[in-house]
Order: sequence, then structure tokens, then C-alpha cells
Amino acid sequence: MATVTTTTRRREGILRRPTATTGFTSWFTTIDHKKIGILYGATAFVFFLVGGLEALLIRVQLAEPNGTLLNPAQYNQIFTMHGITMIFLFVMPMAAAFFNYFIPLMIGARDVAFPRLNAYSYWVFLLGGLFLYSSFFLGGAPNCGWFCYAPNSTTDPSIGPSFYAIGLIITGIASTAGAVNLAVTVINLRAPGMSLFRLPVFVWMGLVVQLLLAFSLPIITVALFQLLFDREFGTHFYDPTAGGDPVLWQQLFWLFGHPEVYVLILPAFGIFSEVLPVFSRKPLFGYQFVVFSGIAIGFIGFGVWAHHMFAVGLGPVANTAFGITTAIIAIPTGVKIFNWMGTMHRGDIRFTTAMLFTIGGIAMFVIGGLSGVTHAIVPSDYQQTDTYYIVAHFHYVIFGGGVFAFFSALFYWWPKVFGRTLSERLGIAEFVLMLIGFNLTFGPMHILGLEGMIRRTYTYPDSLGLTMWNQVATVGAFLIALSILVFIVNLVVTYVKPRPSAAEVADPWDARTLEWLTTSPPPVYNFEEIPTVHALDEFWHRKYVEDERTGRLVPAQAGAAEAHDDGHAGGHAIHMPSPSFWPLVAALGMPLIGYGVLFSWWLVGLGVIVALTGFYGWALEPSVAED
Amino acid sequence: MLEERQETPEQQHASGGGHAAGHPSPKEYVRIGVILAVLTAIEVAVAYTDISHAILIPTLFFLAIVKFALVVLWFMHLKFDDKRYARFFVIGLSGAAILYLVVLISFRAFS
Amino acid sequence: MADVAVAHGQGEHPETTTGLPHTKLAMWLFLASECLLFGALISTYVLYRGRSVEGPFPHDVFDIPYTSVSAFVLLASSLTMVLALSAAQEGDKGRTRLWLLATAVLGMVFVGGQVYEFTVFYNEGLKLSTNLFGTTFYVLTGFHGVHVTVGILMLLSLVGLSYAERLPADPSFPIEMVGLYWHFVDIVWIVIFTVVYLVPTPNPGAPGA
Repeated sequence: MATVTTTTRRREGILRRPTATTGFTSWFTTIDHKKIGILYGATAFVFFLVGGLEALLIRVQLAEPNGTLLNPAQYNQIFTMHGITMIFLFVMPMAAAFFNYFIPLMIGARDVAFPRLNAYSYWVFLLGGLFLYSSFFLGGAPNCGWFCYAPNSTTDPSIGPSFYAIGLIITGIASTAGAVNLAVTVINLRAPGMSLFRLPVFVWMGLVVQLLLAFSLPIITVALFQLLFDREFGTHFYDPTAGGDPVLWQQLFWLFGHPEVYVLILPAFGIFSEVLPVFSRKPLFGYQFVVFSGIAIGFIGFGVWAHHMFAVGLGPVANTAFGITTAIIAIPTGVKIFNWMGTMHRGDIRFTTAMLFTIGGIAMFVIGGLSGVTHAIVPSDYQQTDTYYIVAHFHYVIFGGGVFAFFSALFYWWPKVFGRTLSERLGIAEFVLMLIGFNLTFGPMHILGLEGMIRRTYTYPDSLGLTMWNQVATVGAFLIALSILVFIVNLVVTYVKPRPSAAEVADPWDARTLEWLTTSPPPVYNFEEIPTVHALDEFWHRKYVEDERTGRLVPAQAGAAEAHDDGHAGGHAIHMPSPSFWPLVAALGMPLIGYGVLFSWWLVGLGVIVALTGFYGWALEPSVAED
Repeated sequence: MLEERQETPEQQHASGGGHAAGHPSPKEYVRIGVILAVLTAIEVAVAYTDISHAILIPTLFFLAIVKFALVVLWFMHLKFDDKRYARFFVIGLSGAAILYLVVLISFRAFS
Repeated sequence: MADVAVAHGQGEHPETTTGLPHTKLAMWLFLASECLLFGALISTYVLYRGRSVEGPFPHDVFDIPYTSVSAFVLLASSLTMVLALSAAQEGDKGRTRLWLLATAVLGMVFVGGQVYEFTVFYNEGLKLSTNLFGTTFYVLTGFHGVHVTVGILMLLSLVGLSYAERLPADPSFPIEMVGLYWHFVDIVWIVIFTVVYLVPTPNPGAPGA
């Protein structure tokens, strides 16, 4: 029985090293990837609800022509914050939640490469999100759209675009730190025998996502600083009167923005690739093709950005080149879809909630992918761009693909994280409601777009004949809201029930990958013994072997799938890194600097001091406190 | 590409983690430093000459690239270190070069 | 042995899958991402070169001999940095501290020289908001200067920790990491010096502007 050592000796002086790994304050000092994953997930879910409320406000405003719920200024803030929230404060952190919790478990590690940096990333994200939302109370929220084009953004008199620039610089720092951390984790902390081509696809997609972030975030960081300086210090980066070019903003933004959408969807592809094999009782079809196509998407994803700018006037050469690369990127995506279908083909399918959300997610993504292919054709995009046809496309891929994937992952991995299984009946009800509501909301938007309804506009006249489909979309949105309510009820119901036994939740789905090898929830050190890996789907191969005569799978000898002794002496102490409050202190510097730039230079100085104090405290503190 | 380690942990530790045997001596570093200074002097001198831009600009770029390479390969030790570090750096560097070249071309910055 | 100690011991490298230390791998990935950062700033400068609607223009304010001295200083600091690492690897505490301090001092001379240069330009009428040249020049070199300053802080911290006997017995690894960052800041300057200062700017209205 392994024992975990935590510190017993206190540091001399005023500031004591925190020691507790349980209790309320432990959540502020934790550096455990599992608790950080839960923090990311809970925070992301709250932002999802807020972003959803913003969506409902939009849909109520647009349900009728000449809506009066929101005036134009309010509408601009609401739709901008809806986009910012869903992309930066929900989808990315929710993916971070799953990557943080499961990458170390799936590779057989005890934590990530830099646990305190992990905590820092979370706190910076949270503070960045709160900073963005504080704008509503401090002069006005960002109102320029999530892509905040210049020169509208540089000349807008409201404080919103400045909050946008600083807020996204802050959250960008969080994501960059996380990217370096998780990339090094995947490369450097794999269990013995876990070669790269024995990694679960979810981990592979995680690695590609972190590299996409590491290489794309610096680009938007520069763009945001340039935007901020144009607004606050009179520079001319996007100022045509001084010879500047607002299109430079678009180029830099989309150089980041396009890889960003693959950051949003690759985690979903990873989730689909884990869930399908488990509930088809078949290995993933074409594992290597799925991995290589993910890498290809990441790579080609850097080569398509100007397809967001077809109508800007870059000229026929640029438009043709980017039209071609955009068409090409559909190929590796298609490869994945066929491999997923191949996985299900002749499988022993179980239609659990997780499986339903995955199948539904893939189907919805394909629809969104098809409209995406139509955008790749430049002349066709001339009509579609800036209309609701685009809104339909990206909601089908990000919501239909991404959010459905998240619910699939929640139902699949909930037992592992919390030691309880969510209600399947409520889950299926949620799925049905969400599927119907989602398609009612965004399906009609294809039609609205082709009929000429433009984006980002607070109302429309009733003479355009757009009313009926807008009403349908609004009804659909409330159905989605209802489905989320069902999920929340599910959470309550699950907690009210008595806790299942440990055996019921250790591996409730008869799954394939290493996180199911340990208890539910896992101990703080993840595994009693770090497993040695002999094959892809290592856990599955410990449970089942092929019968020599019949070739069929039969259970392996009893006990083979428990964390058994690989010949290493058990019962010795496992040194886990100790909790720390320095990452939180260092993170607090960020919003202070942000507010300082907007309101008072003294705050900038204070923020720098707080951040430096945090960094020095962190650097001088050993990662494991002395005994 | 990111295969498991080839040396034992003891060997890795002795050579500071991913270093190959070849290690420039302080004298060699000083030599590189002198070369860098000389190249800089040549750069400045060339910039003052009256040669046409068609020759001047490629020459300046060439000199800058040589200096860049010297610092990266010798001072940053990439020439002697595990190749996997260089892979990351090359991806970032070449990615940046290609992407920004495409952006500048699309703005007709060179025509 | 397979129980990977996630915590770093003093001066040891925990076992890693590749055999490469986490921090060094992370540092190179970080430096790779910084190429994208400085690439964006440099490209913006290049894009807007010669497009300022009004002066002052680069040839009005640049003092190439002055800036060349700055360039030498920063290159020299890379040399002293690598000498500090050598001294650390040989276990020579005194020389390590000397060379680290020399690097920091050279860095401070560089930043001081930049600040002075900016003041001169400012007095000659070149502000952030004057024109595209002011905008792109100050922001590009300013970002670089901030990076140098962070490097100086790290170098001085190493020196301070060394005197306080708080560095590990073999401090070559943290010194190597700071060194990688420092050299990177130097190579960015190599590019900036050439692209901004030495490559001539066409006059606005001239062919090629």
C-alpha cells in the first residue's frame, strides 16, 4: 500500500507552506492536475450558462422584427460577449479541464510536468474571465464582435474594445502556459512502454492542440497589443489616415483565429475517438490514420486563414490559393469520419448517453463541415460571408461537434472523476431535447443566410420575410435551454442518490484506456504502481485475451487488470509535489496590471510588484516541501 | 520523432541532460565572439557603402543570418545538443518566416 | 524506479520519457513560440516601412555608429553568458558570479543605451503617435527592451542567489536555462539591428516606397 508523503515541517517566517490537500482552502492552493481539471470544468460550465443566457437574449431580441428588448449598443455587447464567452471562457477551458484531468492518467503519469504552472494557468484564466465580465460594470463590455475588426475597434469611444484587448491578452497568457505544460507532459511523462503510437487518440489530439496554441497565441497577442496601443497611446497600427492598414488586424487575427478553431474541435475529435470504441466494443478503426489526420489538420490549419477574408479584396491569387488549401483541409477531416464509421461498423453498440452524444456530435459536425466546404468555394462565399449562413456553419461545428462532444465526455468520464454515474434516463432526455432544439435553432439559419439576413445586427425589418425562421430559431434556443436544465437536474438527482460501491464505478463501461485502471476517483498519486504499457488500449488487453482456438476475446485471468505488481516493490513512499499559494499570488498581478492600464498607472506598478512577488516566491520554494 | 531516451539517466545527468560529447571550450567561445564582432563591423561598413540595394540588402541579410546561426548553434549549444530541441525551434522559426512572408506578399510589400 | 518522482530534486533531473529535462524542453518550445511573437512585430515594421505620411523618418534620427556600439554590447553579453555557464560547469563559483554579473551589466548598458536613444529621438520629434515609423519602431524595440529587462532581472537573481548560497551545488542547469533565454533575446536583436537600422528605408514618394 503506497503511502503519500506530504510535508510536516513548516517554513519559518510569516508565510507557511500550505499542506492540506482536502478542505475548502485546498482548492486555492492545489497543484493537483485532477483538482485543477475540476476547477476548469466547473468554471467553464458556469461561463457556458452565462453565454447561454446571452444567447437567449439575442434570440428573444431577434424573434420578431424591430425587437425592443435590446437597443443596438446593448445588442452589440451581448453578441460580442456571447462569442468571447463561448470560445475563450467555455470551450477552451472545458477542453483544458478534460486534458488536465485525463492526459496524465491516460499516459500513466502522476501529474503534469509543471504542477504549479498548471495552477497558475487556471487562476490567470479565471481572473481574465472575471476581468472581461467586469467591463459591464466599468463602462461597457466589448461590443466589436469576438473578432473585433479595426478600424471600428480602434475608434470606438466605449471602453469595451480595450477590455477586449487586455482580457484576451490575459487569457492568452493562461493558455500559452498551459500549452507548454501539457506538451512537455505528453512528450516527457509517458509510462514505460507508452510509445507515441500507443497513446490514446485523445492524448494525441491534446498534443496537437497545445502546439497549435503555442504557435498561434503569440500572433494574436501582438495584434491585441497593437489594438490596445492604437486606442490608449495614439499609435497608428490600424489607422488609415496615417498610412496604416486595418486589414493588418484581420491578417494577424485570423492567423491566430483559424488555428484556434482547430483548437476548439480537435478535443472533440479526441473524445469521439475514445467513446466510439468503448461503446462499439471494437478498437478504433485505423488508429494511425486518425492520428496522422489530426496532425495534418493542425498543420494545414495554419495555411487557410485568409478564407475568412475572401471578401476583403486580397485579389484573385490569394483567394484562389486559400480556397484550395481550405478545400484540402476537408480531406483529413473526412478521413477521421470514415474511420469513426469503420469503428462502429459491425460493432456491439451500446446506446448510452455518452454514445448518443458522440454519434449525434459527429453527425452535426458533418453537417457543419458540409457548409464549410461550400464556404471554401470563393464565389459562393461572397454571398454567404457575413450572413446567417456562416452563423449556422460555425454553430453546427462548434456546438454540434464540440459541445455534444463535451456532454459525451461528461457522461463517459463522470464516474471516474466523481465516483458516481449520471442518470442515463435523464441523459437520454437531455440528448433528445438538445438534438431537436439545436437543429431547430441553427438549421433555419442556413435558409436565413441564403435569404440575405446579415450577421451582428440588432434587428431586421419585417418586409424581408425573415420572421418565421427567426421565430423557429428562438423556440429552438429555449429547447436547448430546457435540455441544459435537464442536465442540471441530473446533477442534483445523481448526488441525492446513495453513492455506488467502488467496484461499480471503477470501470463501469468496460473501457479500454489506462485511466480506468485506477480507482474512481483516483488517489492523489493516480496509480499505486505506474503501469508498464505493452500495447495500444493497454487496459483492454489486461482484461481480455484472444482465445487461441476461437480467436474470440475471453476474459484474462482474474486480477490481471488490477494495478498489479510489475516487479517493483510496493509499499514505498510516493513523493507528490506540495500545494502552494504562489501561483495564485502571481496570477493576481495580471488583472491589476489590466485595470491599471485602463484607469491608473499606480495599479500597473502594484500589479507588477504582486506578480513578481508571486514569481519569486514560487521560484524560491521547492516543489516538494521539506519534511 | 520523440522516441524514448537512448542514454541511461546517469549519462544524461553527467552531460547535463541531452548534451552530446562535444563541448566548446571557453577559448572557442571567445573565438566565436570575435567572429560575431567582426561580422557586425562588416555589416555596418557595408551599410555605409554606396552599392545598389539589390546587392546591399541580400548581403546584410546574409551577414545577419550567419550571426544568428553562430549564436544559436554554438552559444545556445544546439549544434551539440539533442536534435529534438532543434526541431521545436526550427518549427517555430520556419513557421514564423513562412507565415509572415505570405502576409507581407499579400500586402504587396515587396512589389 | 518506475514511480516517477514528479518533484525535482535539487540539481537532479527526474527520469523523463525522452531523457531530456522538462524545463529545457519547455524553454525551447517557449522560444519557438517567441519567434512568432517577434516575427509579427518585425513584419509589421517591414510592412509599414516607408509608408509614414509625415516625418521624422529613419534617416532623420538614426545614429548608426551609436546603435552599432549597442549591438556590440549585446553580442558581448552573449559571450559573457556562455563563459558564465562554462565556469559553472567547472564548479568555479567566483568566475561564475563574475561572468553572470558582467552579462547583467552589459545588458543594463544596452537598455540604458536604448532609453537614451529613445529620449534623443523623442526630443527630435519622434513619438509613438507621430507616424507609422514612431509607432512600429518604439513598439518593436520596446518589446525587445522589456524582454532584455526581464533577462537582467533573472541574471541578477542568479547572482544574488549564488551569494546567498541558495543555488544548488551545481548551478549549471538554471544558468543554462537563463542563458538560452538571454541568447534568444540577443538573436532577436541581430535581426532587428539589420532590418530596422541597417536596411535603408525608401523615402516616401520614392519608387519602392
